[in-house]
Amino acid sequence: MDNITIIAAASILSAGLTMGIGAVGPGMGQGRAVAAALSALAQQPDASSTITRTLFVGLAMIESMAIYCFVISMILIFANPFWNHVITQAPGK
Amino acid sequence: MHLSADQLIFWQHGLLKLNGTIVYTWGLMLVLVVGSRLITRRLTTGISISGWQCVLEIIVLGIKKQIEEVGLRRPERYLGFVGTLFLFIALANLFTILPGYEPPTGSLSTTAALALCVFVAVPFYGIRESGWGRYLKSYVEPTVIMLPFNIISEFSRTLALAVRLFGNMMSGTMILGILLIVTPFLFPVVMTALGLLTGMVQAYIFSILALVYIAAAIGDKGAKAERKT
Repeated sequence: MDNITIIAAASILSAGLTMGIGAVGPGMGQGRAVAAALSALAQQPDASSTITRTLFVGLAMIESMAIYCFVISMILIFANPFWNHVITQAPGK
Repeated sequence: MHLSADQLIFWQHGLLKLNGTIVYTWGLMLVLVVGSRLITRRLTTGISISGWQCVLEIIVLGIKKQIEEVGLRRPERYLGFVGTLFLFIALANLFTILPGYEPPTGSLSTTAALALCVFVAVPFYGIRESGWGRYLKSYVEPTVIMLPFNIISEFSRTLALAVRLFGNMMSGTMILGILLIVTPFLFPVVMTALGLLTGMVQAYIFSILALVYIAAAIGDKGAKAERKT
């Protein structure tokens, strides 16, 4: 295998792995957060505005982990710096 | 397939590039400024007000109420900054229903600029509210050991703000682009509706996070007063 094939295979594989593994943690975290917020809402419906706002902020914080993974995998697929480097080097060889 | 409006180039002359992000941002600014100018030109305090004035009042009062709920006592001080952030992001994300439009918030340069605004505004409001000494003291708040971590958190949350908005908006366009290849016509419409919801939630989250950071920089005075009542 030459360099281009190795980089392409590694990029595609790791993009998939990044998204797959990276979605597990935030998914579980968001599920727990929403469950806790729902039980808090059931116990104290009066405090719904505070709970909802805190929930949204917390969800955004958790979700940003998944977003980082997504951005990384998008970079790996569509704007891969290593791939571009090898492609520009290739005609010189 | 392009990732963001950055790759959409309208006009180029040497190094000067006029890409989609700049064009759409200025378009949005034009819509916001001209729209509010037209509406606020004849405001009335009478019983019968125009429909547009009513809409504007609902928006402004809603933002003001949210600022108060975070625990900032004088919402008028922050209304200009946070309201502008919210209106710009919300409108930028809402206009995705128009064909041919690409949200400028789907480009990392726009979101980085917005996050930098928050990065500058947080110490600005903190110093204005409690003075240099007390603001700088908040960096060594529990112990002096926490100083580097407090400084790192300033930068990391700015990065997080920028990448969160960028990632959410970019993923919306991206998923639409992929779905248009796989299942055309019906399913992308549903995803566009979902994208509208995500856009509004992201605008809300961005401005609420900016508010929370400002409230943390100012100190918990207002929040404590709210908790007592």
